Amino acid sequence: MALSREQMAQRVARELQDGFYVNLGIGIPTLVANYVPDGIDVMLQSENGLLGMGAFPTEETIDADMINAGKQTVTARKGASIFSSAESFAMIRGGHVDLTVLGAFEVDVEGNIASWMIPGKLVKGMGGAMDLVAGADNIIVTMTHASKDGESKLLSHCSLPLTGAGCIKKVLTDLAYLEIENGAFILRETAPGVSIEEIVAKTAGKLIVPDDVVEMKF
Amino acid sequence: MAGLDKRVATYEEALAGLTDNMTVLAGGFGLCGIPENLIAEIKRLGVTGLTVVSNNCGVDGFGLGILLEDRQIRKMIASYVGENALFERQLLSGELEVELTPQGTLAEKMRAGGAGIPAFYTATGYGTPVAEGKETRQFNGRNVILEEAITGDFAIIKGWKADHFGNVVYRHTAQNFNPVAATAGKITVVEVEEIVEPGVLLPTEIHTPGIYVDRVILGTFEKRIEQRTIRKA
Repeated sequence: MALSREQMAQRVARELQDGFYVNLGIGIPTLVANYVPDGIDVMLQSENGLLGMGAFPTEETIDADMINAGKQTVTARKGASIFSSAESFAMIRGGHVDLTVLGAFEVDVEGNIASWMIPGKLVKGMGGAMDLVAGADNIIVTMTHASKDGESKLLSHCSLPLTGAGCIKKVLTDLAYLEIENGAFILRETAPGVSIEEIVAKTAGKLIVPDDVVEMKF
Repeated sequence: MAGLDKRVATYEEALAGLTDNMTVLAGGFGLCGIPENLIAEIKRLGVTGLTVVSNNCGVDGFGLGILLEDRQIRKMIASYVGENALFERQLLSGELEVELTPQGTLAEKMRAGGAGIPAFYTATGYGTPVAEGKETRQFNGRNVILEEAITGDFAIIKGWKADHFGNVVYRHTAQNFNPVAATAGKITVVEVEEIVEPGVLLPTEIHTPGIYVDRVILGTFEKRIEQRTIRKA
């Protein structure tokens, strides 16, 4: 079975280490915050200028001046700090964020990522995504492995305008966890019950299947 | 408004000198911390041909979105336009010129502009459409592009409290682009929820020192919420 959105978030959460500063993008990445393992404390960075994002507010504590990068009302946790957009991106660009998780339309074997526009169809803007992928060393891309029509999103060359060039090394899809090395996807883990054949069939870019591929457990 | 006393009494005075074809920098992220009354005054003034620099362009009917209604904005420099249907329509039809700019680069362009740095190199956007036509270099094996600073004829800013000297503090994440844009306007206008007597704000808590600020005006704010997310108490 392909992973659910929640399972994808759970799998990403296993990459969290105690003391990490983490930037979570919109969508599945946001759900990762629900699965921080016990005994691990991480500080969530929101690029609009908040380090230490807390839970959603209650009806009583909601505050229009307290939002996250998805423009949702949030709270600040104990130990949080708030600063300007320039300061926020100094942290991001300067490589101070330990883990960045974001979504994408496509990734390719060179570590390129496309996530911000579909020519002629969708123009939303890149927001902070280009800064995040350029500034971070440890990035996990979360996305579905193939489109609803079965078209692979793991390609030899991204077909859409890039968000960043050569910056992605880890991809978690609904079917597999893969790394990108030397111009190829390396299959590391499969979703429970998903066959290697299915992953091979749905990966358009060069795929290497080592002997020690493991099945994820939840 | 005299000497170091930056206070003005009316929105008309606050934006005196704003004319067609000027560049206006606006603070705010989404609808959070936007100078909503200064934007409304720009609409009332009816100036056109503006270049507006802001992370977003408001929503339909609120924030900078209202300046699209009468086509007062000729060019928009922004990182994200997602929530605004009129914006997307004017962009796709070519009526509105748009320079989509990565969010961190946008902030740094204004920071550099205010700090007298004409341009800077950054890895952000290398190898993407953002890099087209820009100088590239390599530092320590890293590919970077040259991005130019931005300054504005006016900066319109939303603060929480200010004193007579134009020292400003921001509230929570309503800070965002405001302190950055405040440094980069030839004329920087700050609207605030409260004007306090000099000395009330501690020197150590000032976010924007008064040297950057030309005019301060007291406003009342709707503070519209874009995504109302709540947990059960």
